[in-house]
Amino acid sequence: MSNHATPQETTVAHDHAAGDHGHGAHGHGAHGHGAHGHGGRPGWDFAHPFPVWGLVAVFISLLFLTVITVAQASLELGGWDVLLSMLIATIKASLVVLFFMHLAFDKPFNAIVFVSALFFVALFIGGTLSDSRLYSDVLEPQYDEAPAELTE
Amino acid sequence: MATTEALPHDATAEDHDHGDHPAFLAHHFDTPEQQFDSGKLGIWLFLVTEVMMFSGLFCAYAIYRAMRPEVFVGSSVFLNTQLGAVNTGVLLFSSLTMAWAVRCAQLEQHRMLVGMLGATLGCASLFLGVKSIEYSHKMDLGLLPAGFYSYDPHAVHHHEGLSPFLIWMAAPFAIATIGLLVWYVIAKVRKNAFQSLVAGPLLAAGLSFFAGVGLGMLLESGESTEGVEHVSESAEESLAEIGPLVGEEEGIHRQDPVEPTGVEPIDAADAENEPAVARATGVVGQLAQQETNSGVRQQLLAEERQAEMASGRITTSAEDVTGPVGELVQAIDTPRLGGVFFSIYYCITGLHAFHILVGMGFLTWLIVRAARREFESNYFGPVDYVGLYWHIVDLIWIYVFPLLYLIR
Repeated sequence: MSNHATPQETTVAHDHAAGDHGHGAHGHGAHGHGAHGHGGRPGWDFAHPFPVWGLVAVFISLLFLTVITVAQASLELGGWDVLLSMLIATIKASLVVLFFMHLAFDKPFNAIVFVSALFFVALFIGGTLSDSRLYSDVLEPQYDEAPAELTE
Repeated sequence: MATTEALPHDATAEDHDHGDHPAFLAHHFDTPEQQFDSGKLGIWLFLVTEVMMFSGLFCAYAIYRAMRPEVFVGSSVFLNTQLGAVNTGVLLFSSLTMAWAVRCAQLEQHRMLVGMLGATLGCASLFLGVKSIEYSHKMDLGLLPAGFYSYDPHAVHHHEGLSPFLIWMAAPFAIATIGLLVWYVIAKVRKNAFQSLVAGPLLAAGLSFFAGVGLGMLLESGESTEGVEHVSESAEESLAEIGPLVGEEEGIHRQDPVEPTGVEPIDAADAENEPAVARATGVVGQLAQQETNSGVRQQLLAEERQAEMASGRITTSAEDVTGPVGELVQAIDTPRLGGVFFSIYYCITGLHAFHILVGMGFLTWLIVRAARREFESNYFGPVDYVGLYWHIVDLIWIYVFPLLYLIR
């Protein structure tokens, strides 16, 4: 009996589980994978190895961008060099996240989780920076205070 | 949920467990993919908390850099860009081998998986070796966090032999490497294939720490033979222009584009009063350097200097209304500000290095399991999860490197 019933039961349980998880990404992605699974059993043989040439290409691009970011640091760009180096770093980070971390081929929910984190980081740093001038005197003592310390 | 599903088939539950549930599939998961996705979501949530933790440090960095950009420009000349770039390359390569290891696990290439994990571990170790040179070099110079910052440009920085800081940092790795060597030899002698498969990569990783130390020493000494041993060439130029002065804060003034005209008079005047400056800064005790003078004399000289400044003998920039006083205090404050920079530096890079250490623990665990051939095409989750963690550590370094090492 088990030989016959098990695959069927697995499918039912799988659908149930997909709904149970509460995020549509799982159910959708799981079916997508199941459709072209090698073994034909949904939820099995779901691995998609990333080709070696792709890994090496990403690595070489990362090295190349590192060389560029070191080179741009010696250029006179005024206030733009921070922005430029951050832009290059973000391109590098995107390469790592999309390909090394497989987020480009992953369940969309993982991407939503990660990008929402970046949103909160931006909110955190942006919000803190926006009013930091207001209390910078607390962090950095005012110049007028120091002579008293000198003449003690 | 599994219970309700399984109820009608209760009689065949045992069959089900053995037939459809291989050992790697936890009984509360229906399929390997469900198990993998659940774990992966968990790891992504963990990575989010990691990003949040580091973002606090980046926030401190952003606030202090926005407030005092010149301190960051001045202090970052003490960071060796070559070492930072080498470490960036090492981490990127370790990310490649880690991503490749995930592929090996998926394709069930067991020996290659051990090799890739070993290469990742070796890169981690190499990174820490270079880092230990960076840290010990700065600690020798007194470039320490605020409160411990005791950098003195007048001091002679030629250290005979190994830095004690380096010895402390390298000692655990030396002990571990010797232990691994003994283990590896014993495993080889006893012809224990499993143990030699595990001990080999671990031993190689232990040795690569010392390769990193050697590489770091090589790159660090390449700079130190050129005279002023601890600063990069730009700082050397600034020191040459300014004279034998407190290098750091003067370097800052020089590089400040707002007050190019104010620089020369200060320098000239300071050059005349060079000993006085040294003593005056000493009286506040902020440089934390022993002076040969008695305390009374120091105070006299400090007051003398303050009077000079108040008389306007030393001009300052027009942007600062409280000019002379501000200039004086800024000069005195700079060690403290440099300390703030190095606090941020040590916190960011230290937390990052701690993550590398933790990652090395995970990699060791994976090497043992990979040597046991526990991973297969339906069960490669642990390799993938550690890989995700490893990539986020690399990702943070991708931002740390330009933010700390490439400031101008």
